[in-house]
Amino acid sequence: MLQYNKSTRLVVLFAIMFVIVFTACKDDADQGPDANAIYEQEDQNARPAINTVFNATDMDKNNFNTTIPSEQATFASAFETRLLALNPGYTTNALGLDATTFTGILATDVLNVSTTGTTTFFDGTNVLTGRNLMDDVIDVELLLIFGGPDGSVNPGLTSDNVSSNDVAFLNEFPYLGNPH
Amino acid sequence: MKKKQFLVLTIFASIALFGLMSADHIDAPLVAGGQTDITDLYVFQSPNNNDNMVFVGNVQGLMDPASTENAAFDPSMMLEFNIDNNGDNVEDLVIQCLYENNQLWVYGPTAPTMTGTNSRVNVAAMNMSGGITRYGDAPNIIESNGIKAFAGPRDDPFFFDFTRYTEILGGTQTGFANPGNDTFAGTNVLSTVVEVPKELLGGSGTLNVWLESKRK
Repeated sequence: MLQYNKSTRLVVLFAIMFVIVFTACKDDADQGPDANAIYEQEDQNARPAINTVFNATDMDKNNFNTTIPSEQATFASAFETRLLALNPGYTTNALGLDATTFTGILATDVLNVSTTGTTTFFDGTNVLTGRNLMDDVIDVELLLIFGGPDGSVNPGLTSDNVSSNDVAFLNEFPYLGNPH
Repeated sequence: MKKKQFLVLTIFASIALFGLMSADHIDAPLVAGGQTDITDLYVFQSPNNNDNMVFVGNVQGLMDPASTENAAFDPSMMLEFNIDNNGDNVEDLVIQCLYENNQLWVYGPTAPTMTGTNSRVNVAAMNMSGGITRYGDAPNIIESNGIKAFAGPRDDPFFFDFTRYTEILGGTQTGFANPGNDTFAGTNVLSTVVEVPKELLGGSGTLNVWLESKRK
């Protein structure tokens, strides 16, 4: 009887161990993302270089990354101060925007994208309808910050004279060039 | 080679030292240089299909080949493309990308279960998964429901004479060089590319899009 009980206990013990091991393996094999996990925001970006250029302090840079776009208008006045520090002679830019209007638009950091036409940051005709890999976005931003009403002011500051990427883009998905 | 590595290190050290950054590369102290540090967002019509839109989200910039070989997506990260299709700058649709078990998981485009800085994976949404491409391998393209997806190392498509720009801001130069030097030449990023039919994006001609990195 004692012997029988011992065997029974062993069988039960092995059964429990089997269930534990099997369950653990099943969890590993399952691999699906967890529906209950909460993902908390760390970084955010839309138009190129906005946080970099227009937020001056570390605190503002950190806060901007975790402020949702619909609430980013609170950064507009700080952006305007920064714009006028970068270019004290700013009047309007090639888009006809005065400092308050220009920085008001930029403070809400979203990328406007056309679903019906050309998508480009700026191609000479279309403005802010998307962002292509080959778009020279820095020259566009430099021109709008430093170039004045017709783009002719501060000629040494309106282009970095790097107009294309160092690697050719692909014609096929995933379009970005092979890594170095 | 040693000289080149030293040069690259010196450039990176200089960038770190002066707390300088570009596009969104190392833009803020809390994320700078980490696995959730976004470098750039690109959104454009597919060059091969006018009915499709391409979303590109890059993280972990300024990697030389050696660091690229050892780089990995954070398995706790969600990269989320946020899409506002009615002009209020609140996301109506999201494309959620996860990187668990060396797999890319893509959910959506789908209405988010909650908007704002916290997210849950919408596991009920249309989704797909497949292997993350390893450094040196040909791109692994995952396809389902007319959607294509890729995750893995690529050349950083961003270009800028960032070194000169910082010298101008620092007062040691008064203008850009001609020709300029691309500070990002020779560097890689970890890239996620998703191409979706435009008909899944809604709206009436214009979207507002932004990219968020989140961690559980």
